[in-house]
Amino acid sequence: MTSPPVLHLNGLTKTFGSVQAAQSISLELFKGEVLALLGENGAGKTTLMNMLFGHYMPDSGTIDIFDTSGTAKPLQLGNPQAAIAAGIGMVHQHFTLAENLDALDNIMLGSERFFDFRRNKTKAMQKVQKIMDDSGLAAPMNIPVGKLTVGERQRVEILKALYQDVKILVLDEPTAVLTPQEADKLFENITTMTKNGLSVIFISHKLREVLAFSNRIAVLRHGRKVGEISSKEANERKIARLMVGEETEISSRKKMKSGEAVLELDNLTISGSSKRESISNVNLIVKKHEILGIAGISGNGQTVLANAISGLLKPSSGKIKLESEILISNDPSNIIQAGVGRIPEDRHKDGIVGQMTVAENMILEDLSNKRIQSRGLLNREAIIQHCEDLSVKYDVRGPGANASARLLSGGNIQKLILARVFEAAPKLILANQPTRGLDMGAAADVANRLLEARQRGSGVILISEDLDEILSLSDRIMVIYDGELKAVETHDRETIGLMMAGEAA
Amino acid sequence: MAEIIQILLSDSFWAASLRIATPLIFGVLGALICEKSGVLNLGIEGIFVAGAMSGWMAVWLGAGLWGGVIVAGLAGAFFGLIHAILTVPLGLSQHVSGLGVTLFATSVSYFFYRTALPDVSSPPRIEPFRPLEIPILSDLPFVGPVFFQQTALTWLALFMVGLVWYIMNRTGLGVAIKAVGDNPNSVDAQGLSVYGLRIGAIVVGSALMALGGAFLTMSAFDAFFFGMVNGRGWICIALVIFASWKPGKALFGALLFGAFDALQVRMQTEVGAKVPTQVFLAAPYVLSIVALVIAARRAEYPRALLTPWFKGQR
Repeated sequence: MTSPPVLHLNGLTKTFGSVQAAQSISLELFKGEVLALLGENGAGKTTLMNMLFGHYMPDSGTIDIFDTSGTAKPLQLGNPQAAIAAGIGMVHQHFTLAENLDALDNIMLGSERFFDFRRNKTKAMQKVQKIMDDSGLAAPMNIPVGKLTVGERQRVEILKALYQDVKILVLDEPTAVLTPQEADKLFENITTMTKNGLSVIFISHKLREVLAFSNRIAVLRHGRKVGEISSKEANERKIARLMVGEETEISSRKKMKSGEAVLELDNLTISGSSKRESISNVNLIVKKHEILGIAGISGNGQTVLANAISGLLKPSSGKIKLESEILISNDPSNIIQAGVGRIPEDRHKDGIVGQMTVAENMILEDLSNKRIQSRGLLNREAIIQHCEDLSVKYDVRGPGANASARLLSGGNIQKLILARVFEAAPKLILANQPTRGLDMGAAADVANRLLEARQRGSGVILISEDLDEILSLSDRIMVIYDGELKAVETHDRETIGLMMAGEAA
Repeated sequence: MAEIIQILLSDSFWAASLRIATPLIFGVLGALICEKSGVLNLGIEGIFVAGAMSGWMAVWLGAGLWGGVIVAGLAGAFFGLIHAILTVPLGLSQHVSGLGVTLFATSVSYFFYRTALPDVSSPPRIEPFRPLEIPILSDLPFVGPVFFQQTALTWLALFMVGLVWYIMNRTGLGVAIKAVGDNPNSVDAQGLSVYGLRIGAIVVGSALMALGGAFLTMSAFDAFFFGMVNGRGWICIALVIFASWKPGKALFGALLFGAFDALQVRMQTEVGAKVPTQVFLAAPYVLSIVALVIAARRAEYPRALLTPWFKGQR
């Protein structure tokens, strides 16, 4: 690298209780480069970036920022304001948006004086518009963020960082919710911006992206930096080995004859209050021993479809048939009893009850099970035992059966949900964005469990924005766009990508 | 029925409604600011007492009327600060802390009252705020008595409605307060202080609540009595929900309650012989509950209300 350094992390260490989240990590970042930060969940990437941004106070270590003349200045630690002033911007993995405000207010937050008589929203809008034009990241600016889709919110997050005129931009899994085309566009724009002097650190699990768009790759494992390679010399296998220490692979999909229909949707229509809350005339069949992949960009009706099948929404017209029985009582608990296992889209919000313990969350959908209760009284010991058995079987790692479920990492929360769903041996599994935000190891685990369920005879609906995942797991593929579901004849990336964007294939 | 219409057409009824609404306007605006930042302030009832007592006593000890208002505001800010420290950086239960502040502020006020006036059976009177007479306007029929014979504190309350609305909807500060009450991380990520915003909102909100109390002893009456706040603080907590955290609707809610109360007093004299007075006394509260039930079903609570936030933990 011939360009001057902009940032130097020196021996940053952070301990949470007994967990060493970061152990003496040092990193350098040069002007105009894209540095990819890779690692499993819990490897310390987010902790490291939170220290950089002043959200966490490091136990030891220093951070130096280089100004234009190339002299190093120590950054005041544990102070987000100092980090912003030094030109560091961060796009968090979990959205930091106020949902009651519109996008423009969220973007302006913190960069305007409190007591200006008139807020200059017009000027701010012009600046945002210019950033949107330059980067191609579009989102509606004048409706409350709570009404935007997950994808749109992600874009607002990125715009918010760009609005601060950053010199160093940290992106924590920025593409998790973007379509392949949007992600490519984003990286194109990042490339343009790095040419103009922006330095980018990005955290991602998608090796394809990392290899294609970064200049350098740093790999973290268990809170230590275990390797640093130039992207030109790297390949997927090499990085994966560094990340997990061993190789994980998705077991290949065996050919299998699909059985009789498990779920049938017959002209299902839901008229919501807006277009994105509606689906119209959806027909689909899922058979035993089959994975039906539903591709689509979030906000095109996937959530509505999933909620209809799981009984959270009443159809306006049309029928839902489970094993050719019409589901009339749209009551989620009846539907679970009837053999539908759900892996919800927002696992933190809809998948677990964060305040309850891991053990309690394991049994939430099966309270009548004789194993854990008798005459309506729960048997605590049996519940804990049950939880410990399943934790081993499904590799749920965390602070124990009696800890609050919210303390688990995203990957482990998903494993907890998988354990709960698969133990009930469901006839139909409804997996909505099951690997979103998960690292390779955990995502491979989810994929393997879904294939295993298919083997056992379940029908699976896999709703995902990740085209690679859809293509590698599905027996049949459908695309949802604007509330309408269409079957895909040929399983190729180009065709499906176009259909996801609403262009007829 | 004819009696009711008679009452509704009288200017004294409307003047009374606005007068009764004044302390509620202060209180509901104060509660609104606290809750918009994500903190419920059940200290309100005690802060009313503290404001009523301290403002009145300051005037009795020789401070001017406006000096008394400032003292009341500072007393409110002090108790607000206690609530803020307990609930924001320490993250304690907002319900428990708020009720604690109410008990504490009430007792401290009674304590000072008794210490200063050990043996009096009726408290000394002060010269309270007089209605602001405005030439010509005050003499207008109907409008004159309703609007232009109110005291300066009522005008201050109405001005505060506009000011709070302006700050919440037209300034960067308002945006930040709304953001911290919805998702504190959004504020933290932009380098603003979650603690600073919340503590500031609670302190300012509590000062406003105390002005509601001060109105009672310095404008509505001319002395401090035990039990004179009489649940007005709690009414404000309900009115905030009724108003879905909007200053304009808060004004409407306070006026509505004031009108119910003014109506019941007049109804007592009209038909008091036939119906027990307790029915009338309860009427404003019952009607408030009914109005609240209707409004609260649509209420959108600030998402982070009651949820403590800790730095470096997400």
